[in-house]
Amino acid sequence: MTVAAHTPYTVPIGFMDALQVTLLVLVAAGATAVVLIRRHVQQVLVLSIYGVLLAVLFFAFQAPDVTLSELAVGAVALPVILLLTLAKIRKREE
Amino acid sequence: MTPAQRRWVFGLAVAGLAAFYLWGLSGLPGFGDYPGPYGFAVLHLAVQQTNATGIVSAINFEYRGFDTVGEEFILFAAAAGTAVVLRRLRGERERSPVDQAADREGPPTSGAVRMLALLFTGPVIVMGWWLATHAQTNPSGGFQGGVILATAFVLVYLAGEFLVFKRFSPVALTEAVEAAGAGGFAAVGVAAVPMGVAFLTNYLPLGQTPGAVSSSGTIALISFFVGLEVGAAFILIIGELLEQTLLIRQGGR
Repeated sequence: MTVAAHTPYTVPIGFMDALQVTLLVLVAAGATAVVLIRRHVQQVLVLSIYGVLLAVLFFAFQAPDVTLSELAVGAVALPVILLLTLAKIRKREE
Repeated sequence: MTPAQRRWVFGLAVAGLAAFYLWGLSGLPGFGDYPGPYGFAVLHLAVQQTNATGIVSAINFEYRGFDTVGEEFILFAAAAGTAVVLRRLRGERERSPVDQAADREGPPTSGAVRMLALLFTGPVIVMGWWLATHAQTNPSGGFQGGVILATAFVLVYLAGEFLVFKRFSPVALTEAVEAAGAGGFAAVGVAAVPMGVAFLTNYLPLGQTPGAVSSSGTIALISFFVGLEVGAAFILIIGELLEQTLLIRQGGR
């Protein structure tokens, strides 16, 4: 007897595995993209998207607390701080 | 060293690293295999011991509360450090925040950005507070709530301008809130000592119903203070960076 059979939130067998593998591949691709992109502003935007991917990954691995932290910090706060720093450096170069 | 030799050294180093890495991987426990007893023990005991159904928060703010105090003060020190490093240095001048080129129009904020930012500010504040004050019942907590609260102020900056952001978050007030948050957490912990129990012992009534907002004793209180601290710290850091970017220029006059 499985618990999942009695909850309304049953998912097909193998679905979570497929989801987790897909997300792991996406996160690996995202991390590679962040490293390979050399133009800084684009890099920060991709980093933000990578933060969202990582948050979804954590959620699929049943860690909603970490998901919230990653969404707030990785996808929003860190890119904002980096963009502001880039703006400051660019002003100095003028 | 010739390029060919250098490639050899690099190749050897990579091969060695790869070998050690694969060796390490082969010794890892299987995927999802958790051998320790601690996690199972906490899962069984946390709800009856603390009346908190947000077990992650129960661990963060109660069982491992001492670690969280340390993390709290790391962020506190980071915000203070940012404020010190980004202060106006000798040889820099603070440009008064007046329009320096009144004859030229700056690029206006697009109506869509302004609209969305205004639309989201209220809900984001509600969500941040909700997360910071519901750590005991849901997957949430002061840290996440605090950061989300701080982003509400970034939305104010996006919708209006820097001066509005400054009016909404005066540095003195933000610093006071940050200190109150960090100090409040420490005070909640220290208050246990005169009662004859250990630092950060949960001495408040735990409530009757597990999962009620008023349950869990000090866990909810600590999460609230963490929310204050983290929110204020992020507002402070972002405010300092905005000031650096927009107001402070090289070269004194």
